[in-house]
Amino acid sequence: MPIESEQTKVRELLVSMTSPVRLVFFYQSFLCETCPSTRQILTELSRLSEQLTFEEYNLQLDREKVEEFGVDKVPAVVVVGTRGNGLCFYGIPSGYEFSSIVDAILLESNGDSGLSTDSRTVVANVTVPTNIQVFVAPT
Amino acid sequence: MMVENSNIRATVVSATEYPDLVRQYGITGVPKTVVNDSVEIFGAQTEEVFIKQALEAFGSDNGKPKAFS
Repeated sequence: MPIESEQTKVRELLVSMTSPVRLVFFYQSFLCETCPSTRQILTELSRLSEQLTFEEYNLQLDREKVEEFGVDKVPAVVVVGTRGNGLCFYGIPSGYEFSSIVDAILLESNGDSGLSTDSRTVVANVTVPTNIQVFVAPT
Repeated sequence: MMVENSNIRATVVSATEYPDLVRQYGITGVPKTVVNDSVEIFGAQTEEVFIKQALEAFGSDNGKPKAFS
């Protein structure tokens, strides 16, 4: 949970959002120690910008949404902008990963990957479904 | 990358919360990136190197992902 001064910093960062972003949270009621804390973080985060919305689904019960977003673990947070598949985070977004999720929100909102022109050309030519998993450790 | 191309899906996995995945993908340090269960990218890389290595997932078998070993 961000402390008050952190909330002010995050609120200032989120001012640059140009389009709405959904924070789509998947949880289960048992065998998920970090689901309650993740819900709290996301709820508080979503209050920091009118462009952010928070929604939550049960991994076992809300199968249509589970299929739609392709999640298979909890806690999961999919940061969804107006284009693309969104960026999925598995695990509680605390520590360094809190900064990552804020970056993901700005990325999804503003739609600017920051890639060079050459990289954009290369990436645009990918025609095969590609799953990129980045393993990290919260600090 | 996923913003540039809807064929690309990206997930960030907290290694400490999913020990089964850590074992499955042989994670011994972070960050580690796995592309289509076939290409492994260790540590932080420059944009150019990362994209070059990531696209190796389609470097053989006519674009079909190679099996993870």
